[in-house]
Amino acid sequence: MKETKGTIVKVSGPLVVANGMAGSKMYDVVRVGDQKLIGEVIRLEGDLASIQVYEETGGIGPGDPVYPTFEPLSVELGPGLIQAIYDGIQRPLNIIREQVGDYITRGIDIPGLDRKKRWHFKPEKKAGDKVKLGSVIGSVPETELVTQKIMVPPGISGEIVEIKEGDFTVTEPIARIKTDDEEKEIYMMQRWPVRRARPYQAKLPVSQPLPTGQRVIDTFFPIAKGGTACVPGPFGSGKTVIQHQFAKWSDADIIIFIGCGERGNEMTDVLLEFPKLTDPKSGQPLMKRTVLIANTSNMPVAAREASVYTGITIAEYFRDMGFSVALQADSTSRWAEAMREISGRLEEMPGEEGYPAYLSARIAEFYERAGSVRTLGDSDKTGSLSVIGSISPPGGDLSDAVVQATLRVVKVFWSLEDKLAFARHFPAISWLNSYSLYTDTVKDFFAEKVAKDFFDQAKAAMLLLEKEAELEEIIRLVGKDSLSPSDRLILEVARSIREDFLHQNAFHEIDTYTSLSKQSAMLDLILYFYEKAKDTMEKGADITDIEKLAVLERIARMKYIPENELEKIKKIKGEIDSELSKLTQTEEVK
Amino acid sequence: MIKDYQTVTEIAGPLMLVSGVSGVKYQELVEIYLPSGEIRQGQVLEVDEDRALVQVFQGTAGIDIPQSKIRFLSKGITIPLSKEILGRVFDGLGRPRDGGPAIIPDLWQDINGAPINPYAREYPDEFIQTGISAIDGLNTLVRGQKLPIFSGSGLPHNRVAAQVVRQAKVLGKEETFAVVFGAMGITFEEAEFFQKDFSTSGALARTVLFLNLADEPAIERIATPRAALTAAEYLAYECGMHVLVVLTDMTNYCEALREISAARKEIPGRRGYPGYLYTDLASNYERCGRIKDKNGSITLMPILTMPEDDKTHPIPDLTGYITEGQIILSRSLQRKKVSPPIDVLPSLSRLKDKGIGKGKTREDHSDLFNQLFAGYARGKEAEELQVILGEAALSEMDRLYLKFANEFEQKYVSQGEYEDRSIQQTLDLGWELLQLFPRVELKRVRDEYLEKYWTKQGQGKSKIEPIENKTTEEKTE
Repeated sequence: MKETKGTIVKVSGPLVVANGMAGSKMYDVVRVGDQKLIGEVIRLEGDLASIQVYEETGGIGPGDPVYPTFEPLSVELGPGLIQAIYDGIQRPLNIIREQVGDYITRGIDIPGLDRKKRWHFKPEKKAGDKVKLGSVIGSVPETELVTQKIMVPPGISGEIVEIKEGDFTVTEPIARIKTDDEEKEIYMMQRWPVRRARPYQAKLPVSQPLPTGQRVIDTFFPIAKGGTACVPGPFGSGKTVIQHQFAKWSDADIIIFIGCGERGNEMTDVLLEFPKLTDPKSGQPLMKRTVLIANTSNMPVAAREASVYTGITIAEYFRDMGFSVALQADSTSRWAEAMREISGRLEEMPGEEGYPAYLSARIAEFYERAGSVRTLGDSDKTGSLSVIGSISPPGGDLSDAVVQATLRVVKVFWSLEDKLAFARHFPAISWLNSYSLYTDTVKDFFAEKVAKDFFDQAKAAMLLLEKEAELEEIIRLVGKDSLSPSDRLILEVARSIREDFLHQNAFHEIDTYTSLSKQSAMLDLILYFYEKAKDTMEKGADITDIEKLAVLERIARMKYIPENELEKIKKIKGEIDSELSKLTQTEEVK
Repeated sequence: MIKDYQTVTEIAGPLMLVSGVSGVKYQELVEIYLPSGEIRQGQVLEVDEDRALVQVFQGTAGIDIPQSKIRFLSKGITIPLSKEILGRVFDGLGRPRDGGPAIIPDLWQDINGAPINPYAREYPDEFIQTGISAIDGLNTLVRGQKLPIFSGSGLPHNRVAAQVVRQAKVLGKEETFAVVFGAMGITFEEAEFFQKDFSTSGALARTVLFLNLADEPAIERIATPRAALTAAEYLAYECGMHVLVVLTDMTNYCEALREISAARKEIPGRRGYPGYLYTDLASNYERCGRIKDKNGSITLMPILTMPEDDKTHPIPDLTGYITEGQIILSRSLQRKKVSPPIDVLPSLSRLKDKGIGKGKTREDHSDLFNQLFAGYARGKEAEELQVILGEAALSEMDRLYLKFANEFEQKYVSQGEYEDRSIQQTLDLGWELLQLFPRVELKRVRDEYLEKYWTKQGQGKSKIEPIENKTTEEKTE
């Protein structure tokens, strides 16, 4: 490439316009000013290029140079990703702190993967084997929870000439492959442009649930591996706690958590808490399967726009190894606002609420990168990437453009209500407004692995909750006393479903995670109580006595029964029987 | 390299266009020399080839096109800092307004600051006792938190803030702390109230004030919170002090921002506020916190008056998305003479979970506040029902909850401006109120705490007088 240099003619916030930029392509990375701030070309007009700059632009002015790199914005993929904390353009924040101190200064250039660290590479192929794009040639144990597969990078296929076992850095060759015309060296690290989805053989229909240990989600509104979900809600309704719970307890192999334009202290919380929490399956710290991307609200706005792409590209890379990956973006509204800000500075004609007209296309494109796929390469691996985005609509108003654009593409909608949050009913997921289109998809899995009637139980419980909502309307008009005893029983049981089952305390050591079998046992017990109480009332028991039963307190506390003592939940059935039978006995004595 | 120009080509609202400039940088500080000899300050908002768009902090009244001279200073807006700033009063741009001498600076600091690396942050988990039950017990404030007060015109937000400044302390620790007070467009009376209150409580010597009053230039308000936070960062991280920053009134700040945006003919977002309002507010609010291996901390309490008490108005809405909770004042509680009129249901402190519990406040704190919230929420529902149907339509249990909600407002939330309750008093009072209920209703509390605190008080060991003996005895049996 010839040595070229552009010159800045205009600076307006994060947007810089430079001339002399002929030869640059859209979305190429450029270096701006003498400090070499990182920017990306987002519009070309003749030899004028509009550049969004990923760092603060104070002190930059016309006449300053712009250096093109002629390369698109890319991330580095390879060993060293897990447990990392990156900013929106994959600069490791821990190294930044070591180098420049507590504040993020400008013009920092640190590679995403550690160049010095050595990883043990173990070949899974030998010389003479034929390989193609995506073929796994070896593996690197990265943490106790994650063993990375090293795959043949794009553009290479042929025969392995040499492959070595041993300790290497990410930039030392581990193998040589003879392609049609030349021999190429293979490294553990590869690069991929963030705005392009990584390729796969075929998309597959989703079939397996992704259990999260959160009762309202798993039982009523489950998400599938490879599925998409969104969590819109006003501030204070618990979006971030749900995202954190998901990152902590969901049954995925890899978690990618993107803090996009949110609070700095929330990222600190994740950083401090995840190493302490242990994975229920392996007993290892959850951090050992997590990649964090933090672009907090006070960090430059353009990098916020890039952070979701950086995150999803890393997620796709792990998906390609055959892992089940879950990506959380908190919050996609901030991403959309970053698009709006840049679009406004480009003086584009706005669409709804000042958002650019391409907003919904970008959102759809992003969520469509989720899915369950058959990966490239010679073995038929399947990997999945589930995406959960939270949305922060202004005033909690669901008619917001970002919410509506998202709802058109995602399959699961967890609607948060501030009314529930005010009553400290968490997770504040509305059971009447939310939906999941995966309920039927995962039905068979639940019947087989959890309980045969799990699906029916959930349906029965939901019916009771719907009935409760109807009865509440009546009560509001004519008062509770006018209800029939059987309706009052429904109210009592629905209350129990709400308070004893749906309400879940994320900060309680046991309640924070509930296995599917415990969820089934809990729901089973509540419905058992309903059936038995109904029978007893038919035999003449009074509803007011049933409402006062001591066993109700036992039911209320079943959520605190540890996972390894689940038989205790079943035992409560005996207490229900005996207490209810006493009610009819006294009736008979009278 | 300092350059003077006399090439103003356009003046509109608070903005001024200077042509034929060279070497001008984005966000550069500008001085404007008026023919009258007056000097004003401005800042470069945009540079397009040889034209620079400048916002004038003191307004453009009196500036003319042919004679005004513009000087670009090749630096951003900086303020002088040293420990001497304590006890002093500055204007919105950080110049002394108390008649005292100029500050001999330790260092000059750019008021825009730089973003804190999230990896360098220490999680805020030190409990601050404000002595106000509705805050300590239910919406606990911790060191390094940003907790705004959402208020409305005519509500006593200033008094609540002053009470917090007076009473706030971290238990069991003797540390140096300071107050930084940034006022944007408040009235002389309000500013006077704070100054007087600080001086009676002896806080004035530890306070730095940045005042921009209602009759002073509106555009200067854009710099005021930044100057205040820059001073706070200096005191916290250079001098190791624990700083409480009070910013009032953020609504005026946002309006100044809107004025600039409108003058620049930007595409407006909701209610005419610029699309970057969230980012702009975040760049201020996120400057508070704690940093690993540093002694000091910045706790931020911005105050904003919600237009028409509307929480979904862009200013409170975007603030709520950035801050770690909010304290909301309620007009209906104010009418009921509840003081402070804190509406605890929509109020929230996101950081309370790590700041309370064993070793910080007391082990039972978390379960207790969950139970109090649930009870009060149900009581308020019963109250709504009662309004529609009359008390007779309520069930026995609903009536009990209604009674609880009233007791809770009158005894727990309401405490008066000068009562400083310890956290123990606050917690015990909570248990006291829960005596109203039968045990089966107390589902949010672990058995062990019920045994330890609830029944214990039922036996009359509490120092606080039981609310109504009859109910208490009946229910605990």
